[in-house]
Amino acid sequence: MNLSENIGQLTPFIIMVVAPLLLIVIISIKRNHLFSWLYTLLTFLLVAITALLAMENPLAEIPLFALDKFTYFYTILFSSAGFLIVLTSYRYFENRTEQKDEFYVLLVMATLGSSALVASRNFVSLFLSLEVLSVSLYALIAYLRKNELGIEAGIKYLVLAAMSSSFLLFGIALIYLETGTMDFGILAESLGPNLSVWILGGFALIIAGAGFKLSVAPFHWWTPDVYQGASSPVTSFIATISKGGMVGVIIRLFSSVKGYEYPSLVISISIIAIASMFTGNILALLQNNIKRLLAYSSISHLGYILVAFLAIPQNGAEAATFYLVAYFITTIGAFGIITILSDQDGEPESLDEYKGMFWKKPWLAACFSLVIFSLAGIPLTAGFLGKFYVASAGAGAGLWILLTVLVINSVIGVYYYLRVITTMFSTEKNEKTLPDLKLLSGAGLALLIIALAIIWLGILPSGIIELITRSTF
Amino acid sequence: MIILIISTLMAGGLLAWFLSKTNAHLSRIIALISLLLCSAAFLYYFITNHEIILASSGWLEEIHFTWIPQFGISFHMAMDGLSLLMIALTLFLGILGVLASWKEITERTGFYYFNLLWILAGIVGVFTALDLFLFFFFWEIMLIPMFFLIGIWGHENRKYAAYKFFLFTQASGLLMLLSILGMGLIFYQNTGKFSYDYIDLLTVQPEGTLGLLLMFGFLIAFIVKLPVVPFHNWLPDAHTQAPTAGSLILAGLLLKTGAYGIIRFVVPFFPVASHQFAPYAMVLGAIGILYGAVLAFSQTDLKRLVAYTSVSHMGFVMLGVFAFNELAYQGVVMQMVSHGISTGALFLLVGMLYERTHTRDLTQMGGLWQNVPKIGAVGLLFAMASLGLPGLGNFIAEFLVLSGSFQASKVITAVASIGLVLGTIYSLRLFQRVFQGSMHKDWRISDLSTREAIVMGSLIIAIVWLGWYPQPVIDIVQPTIQLVLDQMAMHATF
Repeated sequence: MNLSENIGQLTPFIIMVVAPLLLIVIISIKRNHLFSWLYTLLTFLLVAITALLAMENPLAEIPLFALDKFTYFYTILFSSAGFLIVLTSYRYFENRTEQKDEFYVLLVMATLGSSALVASRNFVSLFLSLEVLSVSLYALIAYLRKNELGIEAGIKYLVLAAMSSSFLLFGIALIYLETGTMDFGILAESLGPNLSVWILGGFALIIAGAGFKLSVAPFHWWTPDVYQGASSPVTSFIATISKGGMVGVIIRLFSSVKGYEYPSLVISISIIAIASMFTGNILALLQNNIKRLLAYSSISHLGYILVAFLAIPQNGAEAATFYLVAYFITTIGAFGIITILSDQDGEPESLDEYKGMFWKKPWLAACFSLVIFSLAGIPLTAGFLGKFYVASAGAGAGLWILLTVLVINSVIGVYYYLRVITTMFSTEKNEKTLPDLKLLSGAGLALLIIALAIIWLGILPSGIIELITRSTF
Repeated sequence: MIILIISTLMAGGLLAWFLSKTNAHLSRIIALISLLLCSAAFLYYFITNHEIILASSGWLEEIHFTWIPQFGISFHMAMDGLSLLMIALTLFLGILGVLASWKEITERTGFYYFNLLWILAGIVGVFTALDLFLFFFFWEIMLIPMFFLIGIWGHENRKYAAYKFFLFTQASGLLMLLSILGMGLIFYQNTGKFSYDYIDLLTVQPEGTLGLLLMFGFLIAFIVKLPVVPFHNWLPDAHTQAPTAGSLILAGLLLKTGAYGIIRFVVPFFPVASHQFAPYAMVLGAIGILYGAVLAFSQTDLKRLVAYTSVSHMGFVMLGVFAFNELAYQGVVMQMVSHGISTGALFLLVGMLYERTHTRDLTQMGGLWQNVPKIGAVGLLFAMASLGLPGLGNFIAEFLVLSGSFQASKVITAVASIGLVLGTIYSLRLFQRVFQGSMHKDWRISDLSTREAIVMGSLIIAIVWLGWYPQPVIDIVQPTIQLVLDQMAMHATF
């Protein structure tokens, strides 16, 4: 391949590599929060635009990475998500006493890791990208070092992520042992109709490693603590971009090795999906901390995505991607609102602090309700279309048991989502005052974009479905 | 027309919400004006086109756009006689609902009318949607504002009631969604393209166990709404706790969406399966009639009493729909309309009494006739309507249903007609406990105001008209009934 000819295809990644390095240099000369903030916004914007341009003529074959439409679609998704997360969090960091600028460096690095993860078509690149992502996350989670819970969450994540990486590595090694290849394409060819014990073991370990990143049951134990301990912008990142990268690469791996043809894989993923849906939703019922509630709800949402996963021979990849888009917007919205409502003292984590919010801050509460309705999958919102897409893919693949479980869980889910809503609409008096949102601010703009996107995807999704259909396998 | 009504209602709702900051009274007026505008447009449409409407057996006012082509989902709405009738009922009760809340709702007025108008918009959508995805869409749109209506402006136990209402309907609605997906999938397997269009799905006709399962998905959503006896549990709570207009709309309109759904979707989609299920369904209907009546009799909460009468009356709908003959179907439609009016009126009466006495407890009332003879007279009339006195709409309805179902099953019909006797008992008890007997407290309360008199007067005119001259209603829905029965005759062998 000729670098000078294909520079356009590589630009998004080059920007994500160069931008944070340059920012480090700039920080070492002079710190300025506003500058770093604008710089990062611009970085994400440029990445999204160049990826959109590159999507038109994707690069066919390079070793290790596949720069196809799928990769570019996910890169656009990640950089837009990063853009929105950064947009909401300016004042959040202004209110903190810690150094602010390195947050942006780490955030772009982690996004690079996630995008490269989706692009991986080889176990080597998969592992390298995953480490770029994880190492940035260790620092990000413990970023607010005066917050004890943050430090605890950081350590917890470090230990568990390192362990899951080693599982993953061992799994890769087992598969290499049997097939002698790290490349997904060659691997697919060398797998027979029956999987040997080594390969099965390898896949099991890979599922465990990936399951940790996706926080699906039974690999979900870290989720609530890390969600609660990390600062909301970082939580938002973990919930979306970090998981999205893993979903992307798993879709690529699963569809290139035709994993859905092996009953053992299908059964184990089905069990994980069912377990995640139930665990997430049932444990969320009892939460009074909004961040933990969202953590458990994200476990169940990943369970829904896994249902789409098993429908890959139908249009499951598209359904999973669409669901992911809806989940991204909604989750960023939810954590964005928590970020906006944070002040010097901390974040409003307890549900009680949201009591009667609708009557005091109708706009913000209306946005939050919209987000919650989308999480619950109520029509007019992106979440409903996502669920519908997953269900129709699942129905096409004949996964009626999983769909029944999905329906049962949607009903359980509605219960705790409604609890958030009724709290906001509660007519009881609440002395606690939450900070105001200035409409003409980055956060205001971000919320507007998110709210419009939720409704747009919920009412007129055909454009984005078209784009997804063209860019998935 | 349809779009005009729905968008006027939605826009009116938004406007009422936004303007309530400046003036709370303004939102009431906006809500009323937007409903009156819709009604005027509707009347104009009806008067200019009534010959076409009565003559045609097809769809009127069809609107068809592609919406999400990847799933074969289109924005397809149309009306036939049944939809037309139900929209008329919706607008009528909608206006009364706004008038009934005029004084009752003093807090958060703007958001209240927003919810009220959006429920009505959702209901009109349900009655006109011909794409099943769109239908489900509207099905849920009417649900959320209702949740808020009960949860925010309801009585003492409102949160519990709102949750219960939402969870029951949501759970059953999602099962219906699965069935809708199943229907779409079978259509895809048969023809190679996706569609959720009503007309397309009519050709699917799934058979055997699959048909039965898919039918249950639809049926469960509708019989929870209707409600039919083991699934009626949400109703007494929701009706009792909702504000007056909320109960009016719940009883008058939301329950009718269940009946509408069975007639429009369940029977034509699954004639064979519904024929198999019919005996059980009729038994459930009969149980509902008796059970609702017995429970209504034993309530001490006035509003709960009226709520249980709904369970009893809706049993007739279930009984009639699964009798599959013309008489019964005419009766079902009559029951949908006249129950909407009579029970709506009873809920309004309860609301008026509650506004004055601040209690719904039957044991505290009594002897109110002396104080409020006008309310008493109206109460007497609607208690009579509820027990099925000839000359009022409900009599025609119940008589038609029973004579229709008699042809289908003599035993079940005989049992069900005991319900009429029980109906007499609870209706008279209601009237006697509230208005007659000795006074337990020294009530000093005022009689009907002009606004209330207008509301009740229009309801009285409607119920008497239905009782004396029901033919227009029957004529207008005749094509729909014929269509359903033809579909039945074509596929199911008796």
